[in-house]
Amino acid sequence: MQLIYEQSTPGRRGVKLPKTDVPAASALPESLLRKERAGLAEVSELDLVRHFTNLSRRNFSVDTNFYPLGSCTMKYNAKVLENAAALFAPFHPMTALLPGGEEFCQGTLGMLYDLGQLLADITGMDEVTTQPLAGAHGEMTGIMLVAAYHAAKGNKAKKKYVVVPDSSHGTNPASAAIAGYEIITVPTAPYGDMDLELFKKAMSDEVAAVMMTCPNTLGLFNPHIKEISDIAHSFDALMYYDGANLNAIMGKVKPGDIGFDVIHVNLHKTFGTPHGGGGPGSGPVGVKKALIPFLPQPRIVMDSAGKLLLETANPGTIGRTANFFGNFGVMAKAYAYIIMLGREGLIQVSEQAVLNANYIKEKLKGHYDLPYDMTCMHEVVFSASKQLEHGVHAIDIAKFLIDRGYHPPTVYFPMIVKEAIMIEPTETESKATMDAFIEVMIEAAQTAESNPQALHDAPLTMPISRLDETKAAREQNVCCAW
Amino acid sequence: MNDSHYCPHTPEEIQEMLSAIGVASVEELFAPIPAELRATTFNIPPGMSEFETFSRMQEIAGENSQGMTHFIGGGFYDHIIPSVVDHLANRSEFYTAYTPYQPECSQGTLQALFEYQTAICRLTGLDVSNASLYDGGTACAEAAMMALRVTGRNKIVLDCCVSPFSRQVLKTYLFNLDVEIIEIAPLNGLLDRSALAAVLDDSVAAVLIQNPNFFGSIEDFSALAEQVHGVGALLIGSVYPISLGILKSPGEIGIDIAVGDGQSLGNPLSFGGPSFGFIAAKKTFIRNMPGRIVGETVDRNGTRGYVLTLQAREQHIKRHKATSNICSNQGLCALRGLIFLSSVGKEGLADLAGLNRDKAEYAKAALSEISGVTLLQAAVTFNEFTLVLPKNAAAVVAGLLELGIAAGVPLGQYYAGLENCLVVTVTEKRTKKEIDLFAKELEVALCN
Repeated sequence: MQLIYEQSTPGRRGVKLPKTDVPAASALPESLLRKERAGLAEVSELDLVRHFTNLSRRNFSVDTNFYPLGSCTMKYNAKVLENAAALFAPFHPMTALLPGGEEFCQGTLGMLYDLGQLLADITGMDEVTTQPLAGAHGEMTGIMLVAAYHAAKGNKAKKKYVVVPDSSHGTNPASAAIAGYEIITVPTAPYGDMDLELFKKAMSDEVAAVMMTCPNTLGLFNPHIKEISDIAHSFDALMYYDGANLNAIMGKVKPGDIGFDVIHVNLHKTFGTPHGGGGPGSGPVGVKKALIPFLPQPRIVMDSAGKLLLETANPGTIGRTANFFGNFGVMAKAYAYIIMLGREGLIQVSEQAVLNANYIKEKLKGHYDLPYDMTCMHEVVFSASKQLEHGVHAIDIAKFLIDRGYHPPTVYFPMIVKEAIMIEPTETESKATMDAFIEVMIEAAQTAESNPQALHDAPLTMPISRLDETKAAREQNVCCAW
Repeated sequence: MNDSHYCPHTPEEIQEMLSAIGVASVEELFAPIPAELRATTFNIPPGMSEFETFSRMQEIAGENSQGMTHFIGGGFYDHIIPSVVDHLANRSEFYTAYTPYQPECSQGTLQALFEYQTAICRLTGLDVSNASLYDGGTACAEAAMMALRVTGRNKIVLDCCVSPFSRQVLKTYLFNLDVEIIEIAPLNGLLDRSALAAVLDDSVAAVLIQNPNFFGSIEDFSALAEQVHGVGALLIGSVYPISLGILKSPGEIGIDIAVGDGQSLGNPLSFGGPSFGFIAAKKTFIRNMPGRIVGETVDRNGTRGYVLTLQAREQHIKRHKATSNICSNQGLCALRGLIFLSSVGKEGLADLAGLNRDKAEYAKAALSEISGVTLLQAAVTFNEFTLVLPKNAAAVVAGLLELGIAAGVPLGQYYAGLENCLVVTVTEKRTKKEIDLFAKELEVALCN
């Protein structure tokens, strides 16, 4: 397909601007002006609409295809949420930061406050900041809160390490590194979770925090989690909960109840806000009381009369992590989702997410190697090791699925499983959809034995076949030439 | 009660699935969670229909003041958004997709991001752009960390004419790293060049400036770029994308890394987000860029296509040694930015920038004519300028808010000694009538 720039005709425009109602300003000095106009597209409105409409048709999406991408919680995004978020389009964030401005923003500040309260209840935390803009941003904020906590106790120099399991998301160690910590990685035991004995050996007074996902990236709930948090606390290390997998446990278990001190929540996973082709997400952070003094500013607080105010001058704060109050539009959707589903609805979400993952696990475990064969939570991780005997890799199975109209599961993650295929169906998929997917997965396994070349050749039905990624990395052509 | 519109199984289907799994109840699937760890409370209110939900959201939106006339900016701006932006970005093939890890079935997102990167490169006059960052503030922080990696030095010089919000974000990001931050206090709303010269040496990784700056002033930083490069440091410029319709581009100035907030490019104010941050740089720095980057390549048949590239920089491969911890981008907001820029187009962006300046100049003249009101600086401005009022600006602003006018950002809370200063923003959306009314009400407010 042509690029928008290849469809440009000099002088053509896609929109008519408003007429001016004031005199023209005097010209700026030449030294401040650009020599040439920025080379943006010059297309009519219809050409623009066709271009982007046709581009959109080159995507698989939740609304067009089953999208069982493990660890990403690609659930259906309710349409009313889009309408709800649009209601807040006109509100300027600076209004709230003006002197006395909170008074004019009680609705939006109140919604953020209420969302914080709801998330605090769901996660068992004492307070939530809605400022972090995504999951990884929440992790960074959370670990900075941990660092501030240790610094306030005079332990900044002593606390050097953050402990993570080897199955953790890459963002965990990367976020801890920004907060100034070195990383200790603990291997996974044959029972599918961080090896308890090795964990004990890794722990010392120098550990600032332990970052866990629970259920972990294998989709397994760690039965030793309380013991782990007790051990961590005995060294004054805080427990960090990566909320990526919260969809499995709503109403069933609260991270705050089992020893976690700080948590981020991915609203775009558990709370039904769309993923937008990579963002925007939203990553509110919940904390226990001991960490409240360090929360980012401005912090939304409620006075005794129920009025929302912004606290902007707390000496203990880690500061600002984003320019305003977080991705408000995303939070409006998550808030609407929570109040719409309500208590029973959220419990049902987790129950059916877990039911669906276990159903797929049972149906496919005869066809694919299941390295950790036990009851899973919301996702299940297979290995294509059986298929590898025929020269077929997880990526080949992924590409075969594309030809059959399925977005592939996550492949090659977690890294601890060879040829990993990580399936997260989510609660919004019907049995019929999953049965059809299971059939195609079985067909892929059979084809791996009978005709591996067919899998190597896939996909054949897309506008493009497999791409030369080495060429892309070598040539670094990241911008259309002028 | 089984609510089946988002969780579609019938009770019969649930039974079939449970039998296939070999358990008697859904509850059995939660057996791996030790009983003593189970939640004892769950105080979420009962659910409601989508209609009731929407009504509740309308009520909440109604609790904010409606119809405020915005003369405030501070990083977010009240600009026009062509109708096509909503219609196209709201195609659910775009908004319900994920990060394009599987390129064959994600060419829509990938090509759009490649076109976005191209737009950002052309706007900034630089060689490479990533697929977007979170916002303008975090983009400043990412650029600073990038400069630390590129130079191997550990000192950042901050012009305090940069948005106080962005500076605060940068400081939060760098707080736990071994980095020295030197802040240069503004001189009459402009960079204090002699103070900067006094601290600029070969231990500095980067100097961060903003153009137009928080006071609204535009400066020519070309000579500064040479000076900064002279000590082997990088110049990072935070820029306002609409202004680049007419202003000298970062590339022309000699800026090494340009960043900014993309909200003004087709993203609604939405109480502060989501928007997107952009980052563009000279080609030599590409391996130190944070975040997703889309690259062009070919498929097995030689057909052109797009993929996420240079992923070896990123957290999911490099873990703690990654160039950034960022995982997502603001893909949909960046798409809105691309559609906005493609709609307005090459000539249109220049016209739009000119329109902003025309309105601001008109307002500047009208407001500075008021008795006792002067301009902070003689410097040229784009669509923001700083007034010096004869009294505390915070009180004046609070009074005008009651009249539905968000009159500007009082500087006292961000700059000691500037309590009487007010930064006024005038975009193309403000009408002459609104500006005249603002001038009248300001005059009244100052008489009281």
